[in-house]
Amino acid sequence: MGVENLMSIAAKDIEIIAHLARLNLSEAEREEALNSITSILGLIDQMQAVDTSNVEPLAHPFEASQRLREDVVTEQDQRDELLALAPSADRGLFLVPKVIE
Amino acid sequence: MAWETVIGLEVHVQLSTKSKLFSGSSTRFGAEPNTQANIYDLALPGTLPVLNAEAVRMAVRFGLAIGAEIGKKSVFDRKNYFYPDLPKGYQTSQLSFPTVGKGSLTITLDDGTTKTIGVTRAHIEEDAGKSLHEEFPDATGIDLNRAGTPLLEIVSEPEIRSAKEAVAYLKKLHSLITYLGISDGDMSQGSMRCDANVSVRKVGDPNFGTRTEIKNINSFRFVEKAILVEAQRQIDLIEDGGKVIQETRLYDADKNETRSMRTKEVANDYRYFPEPDLLPVIIDDAFIEEVRSTLPELPDVKAQRFQSQYGLSAYDANVLAAERATADYFEEVVKGSGDAKLSANWVMVDLQAVLNKNELTIEQSPVSAAALAGLIRRIKDNTISSKIAKTVFEAMVAGEGDADAIIEAKGLKQVTDVGAIEKIIDTVLANNPAQVEQYRAGQEKVFTFFVGQVMKESKGKANPAQVNEILKSKLAGN
Amino acid sequence: MNLKQGIADISRALAKGEYSSVELTRAYLAQIEAQNAALNAYITVTPERALAQAEAADARRAKGETAPLLGVPLAHKDIFCTRGVRTSCASRMLDNFIAPYDATVVEKLDQAGMVTLGKTNMDEFAMGSSNESSWYGPVRNPWNHDMVPGGSSGGSAAAVAASLCPAATATDTGGSIRQPAAFCGLTGIKPTYGRISRWGMIAYASSLDQAGVLTRSAEDAALLLQAMAGFDPKDSTSADLPVPDYVAALAQPLKGLRIGLPKEHFATGLDAEVEQQIRAALAVFESLGATLVEVSLPNSHLSISAYYVIAPAEASANLSRYDGVRYGYRCDKPQDLEDLYKRSRSEGFGAEVKRRIMVGTYALSAGYYDAYYIKAQKVRRLVKEDFTRAFEQVDVIMGPTTPSTAFPLGSKSKDPVTMYLEDIYTIAVNLAGLPGMSIPAGFVKGLPVGLQIVGRDFDEARLLNVAHQFQLATDWHTRTPGTQA
Repeated sequence: MGVENLMSIAAKDIEIIAHLARLNLSEAEREEALNSITSILGLIDQMQAVDTSNVEPLAHPFEASQRLREDVVTEQDQRDELLALAPSADRGLFLVPKVIE
Repeated sequence: MAWETVIGLEVHVQLSTKSKLFSGSSTRFGAEPNTQANIYDLALPGTLPVLNAEAVRMAVRFGLAIGAEIGKKSVFDRKNYFYPDLPKGYQTSQLSFPTVGKGSLTITLDDGTTKTIGVTRAHIEEDAGKSLHEEFPDATGIDLNRAGTPLLEIVSEPEIRSAKEAVAYLKKLHSLITYLGISDGDMSQGSMRCDANVSVRKVGDPNFGTRTEIKNINSFRFVEKAILVEAQRQIDLIEDGGKVIQETRLYDADKNETRSMRTKEVANDYRYFPEPDLLPVIIDDAFIEEVRSTLPELPDVKAQRFQSQYGLSAYDANVLAAERATADYFEEVVKGSGDAKLSANWVMVDLQAVLNKNELTIEQSPVSAAALAGLIRRIKDNTISSKIAKTVFEAMVAGEGDADAIIEAKGLKQVTDVGAIEKIIDTVLANNPAQVEQYRAGQEKVFTFFVGQVMKESKGKANPAQVNEILKSKLAGN
Repeated sequence: MNLKQGIADISRALAKGEYSSVELTRAYLAQIEAQNAALNAYITVTPERALAQAEAADARRAKGETAPLLGVPLAHKDIFCTRGVRTSCASRMLDNFIAPYDATVVEKLDQAGMVTLGKTNMDEFAMGSSNESSWYGPVRNPWNHDMVPGGSSGGSAAAVAASLCPAATATDTGGSIRQPAAFCGLTGIKPTYGRISRWGMIAYASSLDQAGVLTRSAEDAALLLQAMAGFDPKDSTSADLPVPDYVAALAQPLKGLRIGLPKEHFATGLDAEVEQQIRAALAVFESLGATLVEVSLPNSHLSISAYYVIAPAEASANLSRYDGVRYGYRCDKPQDLEDLYKRSRSEGFGAEVKRRIMVGTYALSAGYYDAYYIKAQKVRRLVKEDFTRAFEQVDVIMGPTTPSTAFPLGSKSKDPVTMYLEDIYTIAVNLAGLPGMSIPAGFVKGLPVGLQIVGRDFDEARLLNVAHQFQLATDWHTRTPGTQA
């Protein structure tokens, strides 16, 4: 993929991306998204100019290692308190519209 | 031109930790819905994961057992997709740097031949919750108790060439994980789940055909049937001029067919990237050696030992060593009875028949190892014959007590008193003069008639060896 | 009772018994009551809880306890979960969310005896540099109500600047503490990544987010940091390092201090009058015995590019949990699962949040991952290495916090890129994970100017010391709206 292609994002990409992110965008919002993402990508593409072929990616500011937790059950049943936060729950279950598999 | 099936298996094994992969919630099976799902498991805002040491240890145990490279630096990634049983909207898994790298395991086929299957990798990831579609008329219920339970996903190379090999591979995996104590391997409870990638090609063709993935097959039997039926579907399709489409299919056990999972979903794009809430897991040599030092004797090594220590055949040794519980049971019987070959026979034949018939595991056996050893001791010391032993065993299975009590209660003690046996033989010979004539005239096959009569007269209790000896001597006119 | 006092002064006054915590708390609550409507600094005020905590603190003091923060009020940015209190992150998505747990930061400050007045406004999910993306409306700058207070911690900054609390917690992902500190004439510190636990702090970009404080002085910040910092087993990324005595370190003289001035931070784009104030502040440091050394951060111009890949990418995943299933906003009468997800998220999130989710999703999607995400992580390393090299020559790095002073409300909200460039001097510090601070360093046309100070990993003590010595020599930090100039 050429560097010059990176900046272009098509209207159909916006729809795919919106679906992956589970967002509904109106016609106007899609256009706004296309414009602002295009300009953000323009900003982002500045970094394509720098040669990083011999640079290791840095995922975390400090390259420490993961601490491990002992395998102990520390949690009590909090179902009533937590289910009370749910928009829809019944018989101890969170409810969503019927999923047909 | 013959067809060949090419199979790769992805097996999810639930690791038997007490708590979840990233939270302190219990992993106990069968609890009331959502009673084992805390604020992290529910993905409440601001909650963070902390990795369970035991899950890492278990993965390393598995890696060492299959001779795999252990990832010195393994990295967790987020796999992004939306589904109600996935609270965070991403599954924490390992993509590029799994904890267990390339390894292999050796399977034994029914004809006794062995084959080595490559394991591409095994990575640690979290399980999803459960969607319950039948509980409510217009809604799906979500139970997140299982969400976050640690899984080890074991991916094989596409080196499996038949449904039978696939089953042998799964049985070997099951054997290993239970030996290692990292999972109960219970397929019916979902502790071990299998996806099969299946394709077909003409024998000799160096290229793979287009594969389909059969999801979530939940028993050894269904794995075999699903692969057979899917391979045949592909062959029929190609032979009819059609083309296999790369897709995910479900196996329907009732209809014995696979069918496409129709999804309107645009091709999944999981957008993996390193999980920023976790740091790389560094596994040093000291950790690996510590884990190695706690590894149990594994099935292949145990089978070797059974051959050399107990003089068993390779076949018997492999069967007995395949499952840790069976091997332990067998060794306890040997210890109590002092006779390895008799013990092997009783465990593999008589006991196994009872277990199969009642669909029991060896842990649920109605006859304990000590009790079976007691029975074998009575065969060895000639208290009962092998034949009577079967009667005693049946009574033991029925819960009538231990071998000695049953022998006593039913009066099954073998008669070894020479005088008593002679008395029975004299009666039999006296009652059958014509047959005595025939025998003495050279018709030696009549001998078995006399043995039968004597055993009948003694109600099976006369010692067969003694009966033979005394009969021969008496018929010879001594 | 002087509500313009900072934490340290209040602590001394409470210790001397000049007033009780309850009296002080009542006074702040009255001030909030009178002025919050005009500023919109608080999303939620918790008077009953505050008075109960104040009473408890007074009771502890009556028994002889003397902890420095005992009975001292503060406000929490509404990004920190507070048990039993709405924690909205300034989003419609969490408008109805009552957290059933406390963030570690909240828990620690509660244990120190502090009194929580309420939860402050912010940019929605901390995404913004002007506090205009809040579901609860924009916050106004107390120095000039037509101006933005900065963001994302704009509510915290406005509340402290307007004396609606003496200090407030805040968070900083790309400049969200330092830029509002600069715009509102406050002292703000973003400690090293990992210094303060992120548990219970609602995530925007996990590898960049860090909690800190907005205060009246470096001394105040030292007192708060002392209570907030430290290892937390609940946060895998928190640093398992001892916490030094920040207050004790304040007194160290600056003789011999080497201050690095990145030439890239004094180049095109920097407002000339702001530069003048910064140069004047640097002259003060010279007079205190410090030497100025020019350094270079050659990749700093790439930090915005890298940031606007990494932060939206992490955010796109962090915000997937808001799906209308277990808590938070759910759309009315969803037709099916897809509808539930899409409408709940589209109605629950504001425009800037959706924009960043879209950018992040795009950057991570197949075919672009290497070109964007991996590239950004490589640039991140280059940015960090720039600092490592600079710190071989100097002890701290200084420069302007922002290119100009607070801008008018609405002036940049139409163009995201212009807004993003606000953070040009602050963002690299987050990418490198280093501690950064902003302190008041003068005024331009009646609006405060901020001086940024950046330190080595986990060298917050040095930053606080440097800032404190400057504040002993100057009085910019004592100015309050209506009294400056």
